[in-house]
Amino acid sequence: MAKSSYFVVVGCGRLGALLSSQLSSAGHSVVTIDIQDSAFRHLALEFSGFKVTGDATEMTVLRKANIERADCLLAVTDQDNLNLMVAQVAKIMFDVPVVMARVYNPMREAIYKDFGIATISPTQLSAQTFLDILSQDMQMAL
Amino acid sequence: MRVIVIGQEKLVYFLGKHFVAKGYTLTLITPNQAEAIALSHKLKATVLHGDGSDPAVLEDAGAYRADVLLALTAQDEDNLVTCQIAQKRFGIPRTIALVNDPDNQPVFRQLGVSVVFSATEILGHLIEQQTDYQDIKALVPVADGNVQLVELTLQGHHLAVGQTLQDLNLGEAIIACIVRQGNLLIPKGSSRLAAGDRLVVVSRAETYEAVYSVIVGETS
Repeated sequence: MAKSSYFVVVGCGRLGALLSSQLSSAGHSVVTIDIQDSAFRHLALEFSGFKVTGDATEMTVLRKANIERADCLLAVTDQDNLNLMVAQVAKIMFDVPVVMARVYNPMREAIYKDFGIATISPTQLSAQTFLDILSQDMQMAL
Repeated sequence: MRVIVIGQEKLVYFLGKHFVAKGYTLTLITPNQAEAIALSHKLKATVLHGDGSDPAVLEDAGAYRADVLLALTAQDEDNLVTCQIAQKRFGIPRTIALVNDPDNQPVFRQLGVSVVFSATEILGHLIEQQTDYQDIKALVPVADGNVQLVELTLQGHHLAVGQTLQDLNLGEAIIACIVRQGNLLIPKGSSRLAAGDRLVVVSRAETYEAVYSVIVGETS
């Protein structure tokens, strides 16, 4: 990826705001989208990107965020299906080169991984981290 | 036929009733528990309470053996994901999704849903046409709205009354059948149209207005 890239972050909850803030302070262009205006309060003070209020399942909202120009889209709302839909729209309808979606349900995550959508499951990651620590600290075979 | 329907409220109830009457094996998935219980009392169907886009719920609903799945919730993203999982994971051959935002229609098609319909578009279309043409009984868009199927009743003052079909210049449209006093006539070039005939006309959507003016004699 180029030195300064253009990111679209969908969902400005705790994770979305953290990602947007860190990418922005690393010098990238960031547009963050949330359906609620009040969500943008999660952003760090230094955030210098743009904010778009709206439902990201509407293509007009994605276009408002200039998705055609994006190098990367991160779909991190708290709704699995919304993330999966937006990720696919970005990848297939707008040719965004790098697309990732957060998916809580591990079964759903596995299915979409098979379809070639990059997914991250917090449930899976947490479980793995717990098990790793347990196996180290307690020398348990897991 | 084994059908899975996902949605809520009256739409799934009445649709469910219709499918059961046709003899289909029906499974309903609805997110609200109280509604699921009520539906299970009212319908001869298997009713599950849960999230239809959850693979575990779909499996419980017998997705591996289903022939058709209809996703009819108010959330476009849920309908899309449900259809994709149904098709790709469980191999359901035909998936039908409701889109609420008409702009999402091409998106859903591109992403593999077999049939996509937008209630907004259908209603908008119907109202537009119905207010324009009052003799029309039914108007059904087919082939993704490119072709229209129209039923209209000829009135005495209409231009086509007394003419044979070969006299009428219908262009690319055809009169697919004529219903005269309850009897079906297969149209021929020599068939002469009479007042009271009910015609089923098939035309391209964009030429419909021209066809209408040839049959009726005036455009509104």
